[in-house]
Amino acid sequence: MARISGVDLPKNKRGVIGLTYIYGIGKSSSQKILSSANIDESVRVKDWTDDNIKDIRRILADDFKVEGQLRSEIQLNIKRLMDIACYRGLRHRKGLPLRGQRTRTNSRTRKGKRKTVANKKKISK
Amino acid sequence: MARSLKKGPYVHHKLWAKVEKSKQSKKKTVIKTWSRSSMIVPDFVGETIAVHNGKSFIPVYVTENMVGHKLGEFSPTRTFRGHSGNRKK
Repeated sequence: MARISGVDLPKNKRGVIGLTYIYGIGKSSSQKILSSANIDESVRVKDWTDDNIKDIRRILADDFKVEGQLRSEIQLNIKRLMDIACYRGLRHRKGLPLRGQRTRTNSRTRKGKRKTVANKKKISK
Repeated sequence: MARSLKKGPYVHHKLWAKVEKSKQSKKKTVIKTWSRSSMIVPDFVGETIAVHNGKSFIPVYVTENMVGHKLGEFSPTRTFRGHSGNRKK
């Protein structure tokens, strides 16, 4: 079983696809890794030799930031924005979109599930 | 789209002159500016710049982390006080 940077890779997938199961590796970086390790993209993950795996590990450690490291870097970037109290940081704090999208409708990804405020006005009057 | 590197960061020339002057005078003065689109360059660090938000000047103390951002990012133009009936705690 190929276990690379803390992630179990799916055994029966092609190498290019298998590597994308690592957080921070997409298709294009996966292609780069495999070509610099001299492995054909179509070789299944289970058919990699131990040397192959070692090569991949080395390349990942040298040139890529993946998994926990990457996640913490992202969190640090967000934290920096929040600490300097710039516009993007404020939007992060409020959980609203950062890049000027409309918030009257949509933007549910950032705002989360709808919270209905039903008939508040009528009650108060 | 990003600005061409050839041109360098945009800083309004009058603001630039004001910053130079206050750097030389060594005195801590608040620099007023309307130029929200000016980039914060390393020379600004340690200055206090009052950035106009359309209504008033918001004093911004420039720290090292802010380099590369625009002045306007630190002077919000909108105030959101919450919706009616939204009593929070």
